[in-house]
Parts: sequence; structure tokens; C-alpha cells
Amino acid sequence: MENTIVKAENYNGYFGDNHVVKDVNISINKNEVIAVMGPSGCGKTTFLRGINRMHELIPGATSKGKILLDGENVYDMNAIYVRYKIGMVFQRPNPFPNLSIYENVVAGYMLNGLKVSKADKDVIVERSLTSAALWKEVKDSLHKKGTFLSGGQQQRLCIARAIAMQPELILFDEPTSALDPISTSSVEALFHELKANYTLIIVTHNMQQAARVSDRTAFFYMGELVEFDDTKQMFTNPADQRTQNYITGRFS
Amino acid sequence: MEPRIGIRNFKSVLFKSVIIFFAFVITIPLIIVLLYIIKQGITQVNWHFLTHVPAPVGEAGGGIINALVGSFIMVGVAAIIAIPVGMMAGIYLSENPRTKLAYYSGLCVDILQGVPSIVVGIVAYFWVVKPLGTFSALSGSMALAIMMLPIVIRSTEQTLNLLPDSLKEAALSLGVPYHRVIIKVIVPCGFAGILSGITLSIARVIGETAPLLFTALGNSYLSVSLTKPMESLPHLIFTYATSPYDDWHNLAWGASFILLMFVLILNIVTKLLTRKWKIQL
Repeated sequence: MENTIVKAENYNGYFGDNHVVKDVNISINKNEVIAVMGPSGCGKTTFLRGINRMHELIPGATSKGKILLDGENVYDMNAIYVRYKIGMVFQRPNPFPNLSIYENVVAGYMLNGLKVSKADKDVIVERSLTSAALWKEVKDSLHKKGTFLSGGQQQRLCIARAIAMQPELILFDEPTSALDPISTSSVEALFHELKANYTLIIVTHNMQQAARVSDRTAFFYMGELVEFDDTKQMFTNPADQRTQNYITGRFS
Repeated sequence: MEPRIGIRNFKSVLFKSVIIFFAFVITIPLIIVLLYIIKQGITQVNWHFLTHVPAPVGEAGGGIINALVGSFIMVGVAAIIAIPVGMMAGIYLSENPRTKLAYYSGLCVDILQGVPSIVVGIVAYFWVVKPLGTFSALSGSMALAIMMLPIVIRSTEQTLNLLPDSLKEAALSLGVPYHRVIIKVIVPCGFAGILSGITLSIARVIGETAPLLFTALGNSYLSVSLTKPMESLPHLIFTYATSPYDDWHNLAWGASFILLMFVLILNIVTKLLTRKWKIQL
């Protein structure tokens, strides 16, 4: 299917002997917002980090199986190139504290030593910050340090940093879990807008959030992908008993 | 219970008073040393003192230019050797704390820190002075570099340990190769701490005499050659303070004053720089 951007084939993730993601098969389409939900320790974050090969950076962490990005197995590609192609936003906002807001947005270019003209950088910064719904708030303080922003603004700055690299796919690892409700809603509102140009995979432990923002939802439990379906369908009429139990709050 | 509350309060107050008292007491030695050396040394210092070599016995005047230049050159060369090596090792220790190499390497750093400076001097003597067949500034720098290493390594390691992993992940997730992550993100973010370790190590070795006794040896004349004996401030103080002549004693006091001022300024500058470059995480 040419509309598929990410496809996992029998993907397994391990921490040493600990088998945390078990035989996951999933196919994600372009311009979809996918929520990945499940209780703590269900392997959802490990799966996400397997996609851009961040998982293997943890000592002892390994993985098996394939993850195809545009039909090509990321485990046959250079890991650095995979991470360059796929954007990622983390649980806690992590702007570079030594760089200004402006520099943070173009950090992907700067840190990789790519030569970009000042004019091009200006364009990238404005476009990325606008897409991240942050431009209006920071346009007069672009050369201040990114760490002076509030938590929600910092997280949107991190999103802008990911967008600046023009990835097709952006991974979000519980992007709002460290934010207050107002910042959370501003980041969630952003997902809807980003959908037009990017594919988003959002790991969340918050069911309501999954229901609010996603087109399709994947439910992970004990390392298995239990169910993957339209979000509406899953929240109204889940196929699997375990999904039913989870969304009705019988375990968390 | 109740009747004991008075006693318990009293004990608390007593304890607090005791720790405040000792916190105050420990400042006294430094103040005494400072005042005494300033009193003895400041009258010796003038332009002539800073720009001339020591005068022979019986001749008036004379200065410490040979020792000033010597100390700067030897510590400078030592820093050039120790800083890159120490930073690299510190980065490794911070990045790979659980490896065998890190364990043994860290152990060596700790032991090296405890090695008496005179022993470091002997080692430099056998490594550099003997093979080259001459006392030299270079061998002195080698000895000082070995003294600096543990401080630079540990301060680099400890500074980088304080940086959150999320910082590294942010850079790695942008496809930045590991070496650039370290050079462009990790080291700049820890720069203030690393810098303070470096200045601290310089302040520590600039007053070292023992490692220079049988390496740089000392020189009554101004020399800038790394392959020849060279004077240094602490060695000059040692030589002239143990001489029987009053003129030379005065020279030693003046040199002590300069050395002390240098260490003091270095410490203050370190504090200021650290504050200026401190990165808000």
C-alpha cells in the first residue's frame, strides 16, 4: 500500500532478557494521527523508540523484527539517518539550554553542521514556530534562551525543532505528561493542525487524550498490540475484552 | 515528655552555636596568612621587582621576572597537556560509568590524586630528565600536568553527570552523530563546571614546589627555553626564604605575595566565570 508510511513486521523489543514488546505488526498511513495507549510498562514507549532506533541507545536494549519506513527497514539503514528523518518530541520539554529560541529551532541543522544561509534559517524558524503555534508569543524574543519559556512553550519549541527538519513522521512520547492542563490543550490543538503535513504517532497514558486527538488508536497490553482500530470504534465498541477492561477503568 | 522540652531546645541551640562557631573559626587561618603575607610582601612589590631578575647577594634591588615568566610558561604547558587529556578522560568516565575500564580508570584517578607531589616529581625525573640528560622546564610541566589531571578529569566527569540524559536524547533524536552531540551539546552545557575545574587545577599546581625540585630545577636568570632549567615562583620562594640573607628574604616575601594574589584572583575569576556561563537547565 503506497499510503503506508510506517509498517512494523514482527517487531520485538528487549531490555536485556526482559521481553517488553512482543511481535508487533502494525501499519500506519500518511497524515494519520495515531495514539498509542496502554498501562505503564506495556511497551508503548519502547515500541515508539524502536521506530527511530532510540531504543537501542539504552545499554542492554535490543530489538528484533522489521520496521519499514516508506518500505525500507530502518534496521538496515544508518541509525543516525533514521533519527534525522524522523522527528521526536519527548516527555519532558528538552530545549538545548545553551541555545537561544532561534538556535533551538534550527538546532537540527546547526548541530549536524549543515550549512544554511541566514535568510533560509529565518524562513525555517518563522515557518516552524508558526506551525508549532509559538511564533506570535516568541517573535520578539527569538534570541533569548529557550529555557526562559514556560513548560508548554518549551514543549512547542521542541515540536518546532522537530518540524524544522521537515520529517514525514513525528513521534511523541507522552508529550503532555509534564504539562499543566492549559499547556496540554494548546499542544493537543496543535496535533490537529500538524496532521495536514505530517504523520503523528503519540504515546499517551491518558485515554481521554487518545480519544480527543487521534484518528486511530493502538492499545498495548503486556507488550502485545491488543487492538488497533478507529479511535471512535475502539472507545465505543472495543473488539477485545482487555481493551474494554482498560477503557472502562478496570485496570490502569 | 514535657519537662524535657526545655533541655531539648537548649541542646539544639547549643549545637547550632557550636557549628556556627567553627564555621567562623576556619576563616581565621586564611585571614591571618593573608594579612601577614600582605604586610610582609606588599612593600617589596614595585615595577622594578616585577621586571628584573634577582640581584646577587649584597646588591640592592632585584626582582622575580624569571620566576614569573617561568611559572606562567610551565603551568601553561602543563595546562596544554592536561586539559585535553583530562577532559577526554572525564567525558569517557561520565558517558560510560559502568564499564570495567571506567572502574579501573576512575580508581587510578583517585589514587593519582593522593600521590604525594614529590613522588610525581621523581617520576618526571626518571621519565624526562634522565632520558634527555638535562633538567628542563618541560619535565617540570610534565610533573605539573600529572598533578592537574585528576582535578580536570573529576570536575569534567562530575559536571557532565549533572546534565540530564534528556539533553543527549534531544540531540540524538535529531540525527546528530555521537561525537557532535558531545562536542556541540554536552560539553558546552557543562562548560562552566569544566572551566572551574580547569582554573582550580591551575591554582592548585601554580604553588607546587616539590615536583619542580628535580625537574625544572630553578634558574637565577630569565629563560624561556623548555629544554633548559627554569625558575618558578614557589621554587624561588623556597630558595630565597631558606637563604641567610635579609635581602633575599624580602624577595621571597614579595614573591609569596604575588603568588598568593594570583591564586586568589584565579579563584575569584573562576567564581565569576562560573556564574556568567552557568546554564539554566
